Amino acid sequence: MNGVHDMGGMHGLGPVQYERNEPVFHAPWEGKTLALVLAAAAWRKWSLDAFRYQIELIPAAEYLRMSYYEKWLTAVTERLVQSGLVTRAEVESGEPAAGSRKATPPLTAAQVPAMLRSGVLATRDTVLAPRFQTGQPVRTRNINPTGHTRLPRYARDKQGTVDRDHGVYVFPDTIAHSLGENPQHVYSVRFTARQLWGEQASPRDAVYIDLWDDYLEPA
Amino acid sequence: MGAPPHGHDHDHDHQVVPSDPALRVKALESLLTEKGLVDPKALDALIDKYEREVGPRNGARVVARAWVDSSYKRRLMQDATSAIAELGYGGAQGEHMVVVENTPEVHNLIVCTLCSCYPWSVLGLPPVWYKSSPYRSRAVIDPRGVLREFGLELADETEIRVWDSTAEIRYLVLPERPAGSEGLDETELAELVTRDAMIGVAKVAAPSMGASA
Repeated sequence: MNGVHDMGGMHGLGPVQYERNEPVFHAPWEGKTLALVLAAAAWRKWSLDAFRYQIELIPAAEYLRMSYYEKWLTAVTERLVQSGLVTRAEVESGEPAAGSRKATPPLTAAQVPAMLRSGVLATRDTVLAPRFQTGQPVRTRNINPTGHTRLPRYARDKQGTVDRDHGVYVFPDTIAHSLGENPQHVYSVRFTARQLWGEQASPRDAVYIDLWDDYLEPA
Repeated sequence: MGAPPHGHDHDHDHQVVPSDPALRVKALESLLTEKGLVDPKALDALIDKYEREVGPRNGARVVARAWVDSSYKRRLMQDATSAIAELGYGGAQGEHMVVVENTPEVHNLIVCTLCSCYPWSVLGLPPVWYKSSPYRSRAVIDPRGVLREFGLELADETEIRVWDSTAEIRYLVLPERPAGSEGLDETELAELVTRDAMIGVAKVAAPSMGASA
């Protein structure tokens, strides 16, 4: 979706605010939010891309106002409700509905190290011929889906060159909406700064963007 | 960030959902625990892992090894995920790694314009500025201006490569080994390597002679 999250190339968002010796978490609730997001994900009721899309759905003004972990908290609450793990009434009261059965958590403390060590693989062993080769000029498609996509607006309808083929990965645009994995090649595509931003940009610089087959056409 | 200046104002106490995120998290944690959806000990274990174990010292060890061991560096540049796993790092948000090397001619910078993708397994959780709108919006269109704000002025002839982490591939910058570090061993070299240098917003500074350890 053309949301405010897709902010590459925007002006007016201010200078970078750097904090020296920044703590991992600024308050205990931030760490707790991270942990809740990871522990709730162990139910495998939603994909990482569905979670990202949920964050993208936060209204623009709220998105810009909220801190990072506030966005996570808002999104995980919404995913929990939509997946049926909790009801909205339970979230509002903070208590389980009368008579609800107690579940068994899918992630125990003992399983945490192994869970983090294995991670979640987004690659697939599906054998697929790549549509593009390293060194080949390509053009990104001009698409404006209202759903989730990882083709940023600043890189649509732009010409670049395939720099490397990363292999076959699941496709965010469908997996975020439970429409299937749709595995396909992901390429690192090199765009010169001038291809993206015009003559004002440095003639030296480049942006490399990881793009799925479906985002690309032969140039 | 943080509480507004008048954070103790109780005018809004009667909203159905409390606006204070600390209260909301507390209520959600208690609900999920009571329903048996999460194990509170697992939450503690996750927090502990990222507060005390997974952080930029991991990445610094990878960089130092690459500086002293050319065959390791070759493996790292060819298949970063496997080479990083040799040192025991990998998994969550480091499943698919690529390392990009800084040289006198090329400077690399990592960003995620769409959200906050970051190589957790080698750098830990991202700092606030990395996830912030100013950095995400400007790193791709004005990398030289952003780097200047970090105190890094690059020559016009230097090529800047910005890597926008739009997929599940996570990037780590291999910084240049600083002059004056010839006599240092791998452990001492790792101590020079900063998180910022591995994101690409800084260079690794030369070792300071005679400074306090």
